[in-house]
Amino acid sequence: MISHNTRQKTRKTYSWVGRRLLDRKLGYQTYTEVSVKREGCSIQTHIQVGQFVLIEGKDENPYVAKLIELFEDDSELHSRKRARVQWFIRFCEVAPCKRHLLGRKPDPQEIFWYDYPACDDNISIETIIGPVKVVALAPDEVIPVGLKNEETFFVKLSWNEKKFKPLSPELFAVFDRRQEDRSKYQKPSTKNAESPSCHTADSVVKRTESRHSASKSCHIPSAGKKLELDSFPRIPASKIAQKTSCASLDSPRKTKRKMTFSETTSASKRPQLEAVKTSFPALKTPEKTGARGLIGASVKNDSPECHMTLRTPGSAVKTMRISEEMKLTPIREGRRTSGVPYVGLKPEYISKREAKEPEAQNEAIGTPHHARRKSSLLTLNRIRQQLRYLENNKSDQEDKEFLPASEDSNSSSEDEGASALPLLRRRPCHTSRHLQPVSEPSVQSPSRTPKKALKRRTPRCVTAKIRSRSLAAQEPASMLEEARLRLHVSAVPDSLPCREKEFQDIYNFVESKLLDQTGGCMYISGVPGTGKTATVHEVIRCLQQAAQANDVPPFQYIEVNGMKLTEPYQVYVQILQKLTGQKATASHAAALLAKQFCTRGSPQETTVLLVDELDLLWTHKQDVMYNLFDWPTHKEARLVVLTIANTMDLPERIMMNRVSSRLGLTRMSFQPYTHSQLQQILVSRLKHLKAFEDDAIQLVARKVAALSGDARRCLDICRRATEICEFSHQKQDSPGLVTVAHLMEAVDEMFSSSYITAIKNSSVLEQGFLRAILAEFRRSGLEEATFQQIYSQHVALCQMEGLPYPTMSETMAVCSRLGSCRLLLMEPSRNDLLLRVRLNVSRDDVLYALKEE
Amino acid sequence: MSNRKSKNNNLLHGESLSQVQRILRERFCHQTPYSNLFGVQVQYKHLIELLKRTAVHGEGNSVLIVGPRGSGKTMLINHALRELMEIEEVSENVLQVYLNGLLQINDKIALEEITRQLHLENVVGDKVFDRSSSCPVIFILDEFDLFAHHKNQTLLYNLFDISQSAQTPIAVIGLTCRLDILELLEKRVKSRFSHRQIHLMNSFGFPQYVKIFKEQLSLPAEFPDKLFAEKWNENIQGLSEDKNVREVLLKHFNVSKNLRSLHMLLMLALNRVTASHPFMTAADLMEAAQICSMDSKANIVHGLSVLEICLIIAMKHLNDIYEEEPFNFQMVYNEFQKFVQRKAHSVYNFEKPVVMKAFEHLQQLELIKPLERTSVNSQREYQLMKLLLDNTQIMNALQKYPNCPTDVRQWATSSLSWL
Repeated sequence: MISHNTRQKTRKTYSWVGRRLLDRKLGYQTYTEVSVKREGCSIQTHIQVGQFVLIEGKDENPYVAKLIELFEDDSELHSRKRARVQWFIRFCEVAPCKRHLLGRKPDPQEIFWYDYPACDDNISIETIIGPVKVVALAPDEVIPVGLKNEETFFVKLSWNEKKFKPLSPELFAVFDRRQEDRSKYQKPSTKNAESPSCHTADSVVKRTESRHSASKSCHIPSAGKKLELDSFPRIPASKIAQKTSCASLDSPRKTKRKMTFSETTSASKRPQLEAVKTSFPALKTPEKTGARGLIGASVKNDSPECHMTLRTPGSAVKTMRISEEMKLTPIREGRRTSGVPYVGLKPEYISKREAKEPEAQNEAIGTPHHARRKSSLLTLNRIRQQLRYLENNKSDQEDKEFLPASEDSNSSSEDEGASALPLLRRRPCHTSRHLQPVSEPSVQSPSRTPKKALKRRTPRCVTAKIRSRSLAAQEPASMLEEARLRLHVSAVPDSLPCREKEFQDIYNFVESKLLDQTGGCMYISGVPGTGKTATVHEVIRCLQQAAQANDVPPFQYIEVNGMKLTEPYQVYVQILQKLTGQKATASHAAALLAKQFCTRGSPQETTVLLVDELDLLWTHKQDVMYNLFDWPTHKEARLVVLTIANTMDLPERIMMNRVSSRLGLTRMSFQPYTHSQLQQILVSRLKHLKAFEDDAIQLVARKVAALSGDARRCLDICRRATEICEFSHQKQDSPGLVTVAHLMEAVDEMFSSSYITAIKNSSVLEQGFLRAILAEFRRSGLEEATFQQIYSQHVALCQMEGLPYPTMSETMAVCSRLGSCRLLLMEPSRNDLLLRVRLNVSRDDVLYALKEE
Repeated sequence: MSNRKSKNNNLLHGESLSQVQRILRERFCHQTPYSNLFGVQVQYKHLIELLKRTAVHGEGNSVLIVGPRGSGKTMLINHALRELMEIEEVSENVLQVYLNGLLQINDKIALEEITRQLHLENVVGDKVFDRSSSCPVIFILDEFDLFAHHKNQTLLYNLFDISQSAQTPIAVIGLTCRLDILELLEKRVKSRFSHRQIHLMNSFGFPQYVKIFKEQLSLPAEFPDKLFAEKWNENIQGLSEDKNVREVLLKHFNVSKNLRSLHMLLMLALNRVTASHPFMTAADLMEAAQICSMDSKANIVHGLSVLEICLIIAMKHLNDIYEEEPFNFQMVYNEFQKFVQRKAHSVYNFEKPVVMKAFEHLQQLELIKPLERTSVNSQREYQLMKLLLDNTQIMNALQKYPNCPTDVRQWATSSLSWL
């Protein structure tokens, strides 16, 4: 994720270059090139039609687009200079719930041709930041590793909000041509510096505003949105925006001053070399919140494309890599080089924990998550309202649809809810794309807010509480500790790898039920540790986000777990309590719920009910299951029941016909993870954390896949291995990587049977007794013997080995000790001499353990 | 004069001795976390690190400590908890809950006990607490295997589930002696358990056993009477090198590596220490070892009457003849009659009711055991019985039986000897 510096306090002047062409059809004047001049800096950038450009986005990510057309539109009040573009979309802009459709990990520099006509492609040219290089690749082509500099993007696929498709050959051809064109274009542009081509009189002064510093109190949408607000100046938000932009008009001087002291050795040598000073927000240690560190970077541009990476001295934990790239279009012999510094701010690793901690969070990462989301929602709604006004003015026939312009944020979604098919659409914004608030930078934990929202909806009477700790939990200090934290089963990943298909199926099922406002049942089966519950939780989380974005109607989510109930009928009590907050006895609750779901009431929101460990709700009459599956069939219920259990054939095995018939045939089974999937899970959890050898990860994945395919086991083994590694490296200060040997030790510890060690470590008499058992079994040919028979053998053996005569009491004690360890299986000891004894270990194991000495 | 001096000495010794006995008995009987751990350093390290991570980092964990009885499981966890509580930042932070499978026999009682120990007013199943803010709780489940027999294993499921989710950080520590404990867990519960097991296997050898013996008997440096303590410790040192003592210890070690049985032995030996006999000797230990390894049934046989002995011998012969088939009173009586009529000189021919009485006495002592439960209307003479004594046991008992008539002894050696 490359982020863009929005803090550059430079004014930019945009002026047309080249001949004006009149488009008769539209009445526009079109141009082929625009020149961007930065105040206080002699660099001038020329951008031609057909070139790829970066466009200011809502957050740190600039959008990528291709210029189709440049024109002047007098109907737009505040920014006449317009451009038409073809958008590209980054992977992080794709709706989170659809990301898995890609089916592979995207390259950080990969972008997608955005094939979605509903997206507005008319922008103001003031939002253009600068040119960028985009290379089209065939779908099977590998993204070149050597070109890992971040100012080049690669296109392989197109995205139409439904699926990823390979680029069509025509598009591909266009790409190649454009790239050739571009090189052609660059030649004539060399003249432009002097040529008195038709510079339009009104050069717009524009300042890229700092989102971080200026928008603390009021979230001001960056460029694209602002323009929109400008075009409709009655809205207060736009006033603020204008004010801030006005207030910052004098800022260039400051920048200039800073620029003076930034120098490089090469800056003075040649006229082409320009020292470009860029200031960008550096992520600072918490105590410096507010005071942003400005780090000057001087960039030499003796090569057409140069980039450099610098590191800020961040605190130990919050190591951020701030990389800065510059993309420069050289002008052959011109004295001026036009350059647009483009600074990428790349949070290398911000763990979830940090994001959760409000006080440790500095503001560079964000104003508190919730607040930001709220403010962005607010602005979103405001914009939406304006849009409607605008559209009303334009087309009166849409009047009805957009009439509720004064509606509040919650109800503004009704029209979209009905028509919503693509989950995350780019809004038909007027000037720029707008991403929905759900697609916030993914470094932040996405799971917090929806959960909270959920809880607010289901009030619970808190009766008891474990006292909170007086001391905060410590943060991990070393790499291994960090790894261990991430490998803990409780660390819910942002997305669940390897369960894309299941996720999609469940998501589609619930979404369709929500949209149709009907009810339904689904049965999900799979062995423990295959991610059933986690996937359902993920689905619900995504749906809640979608509901917040008004893509699906809001719904209520209830979860019950059969294992957490003392008896099956308690499920009614739990559901009722979570649904309405009422408390009732089981039978009363059942009646109330039946009334709620089966009678025609006022229109309510849909309820999604997750029943985990369904098999424990089995009763003799099966009335609990019957009711659970019967309610959704009622028209008024609007109940979606998702049930989870372990066995695939549970409906056939334990359910009566009338119950299984109501459950229906919507079934899904989660297969145990294969070794490659387990490996992928581990790798995704250990992203950016080099704590394990690659071989080690593969080993554990294969081991677990062979045993059970249980992801929990896999994680537990890895955690144990980190401990072993840490323990073995205690003498040296720097713990190394977790190796295969460490993992093998962990696996052995967890899975090897302890019987053999137990036998080896038992006392002489105990071992003798085991020998006697073997002898007796061999004599009788049976697998069972009475204590008396074994005792006589034991006495004989002891005499042979010269051991003192074992008394009956001693031998009995030995026998019961072995029995309590379950090396032996024996009858209750009141049978005394007659108690029958069996081995709980195979004879070979016993022989092996005894022979070792 | 010298008499008085020795008396004085005795008095002095008496005081010290009562102290010695108090100290040592405490050591043998109570599992104080202040005693030393033997040979479990690795396991201890593992456990303490785990507990620390729960207490300090707020990480959920679960572990089972598995080992035979008397291998020091409780000792280990007590030690670890003591060390944990000594850490300043932890002692305020951590709550402990002790459950015992023998006491909390179902989930309801267990839940009540948890609530009581956590000072919660109301029973709450699963509340969502934040990982970083709520107080870590350490659950210690003694006799863990018994919890696995609770209905649906609900308690274990919930505890393990919490330990694997981002709720209250809890550490679940199960203590059990069953090696097959994982097979007892239901698959869902098993999946949620982290599969960490700490095995305590008494994996020390005989030299270490002797060392433990020495350490267990030695007096601490802070003993008030320094002179006496020195003498005592010297004596113990001598004992540990004594050949007879080592023999006793080796025999004991061969029977059981369990430290509790060693404590038993030492306790018996300690009881023989008096003011007049202030220092432990090899003889004391040998005698104690004899008491320890005594056959309990043989002792009972020593106290039986001649008639009862005769009945037991008759049963033994029946067993020999009929190859372990069960017998009834009538058969035993007939056998006894044969002996009395043909051979016996010293044994009086008792009447049948008297013999019956003796027979019932044997049954009460559980030297014989009815095959089925005694029903009211069945004829007692014909109820099938089994002997709970082994042949060797009978012969050994007879040899030691005081004043055993020779003809009885002869009859015991061979059922055909009277012919």
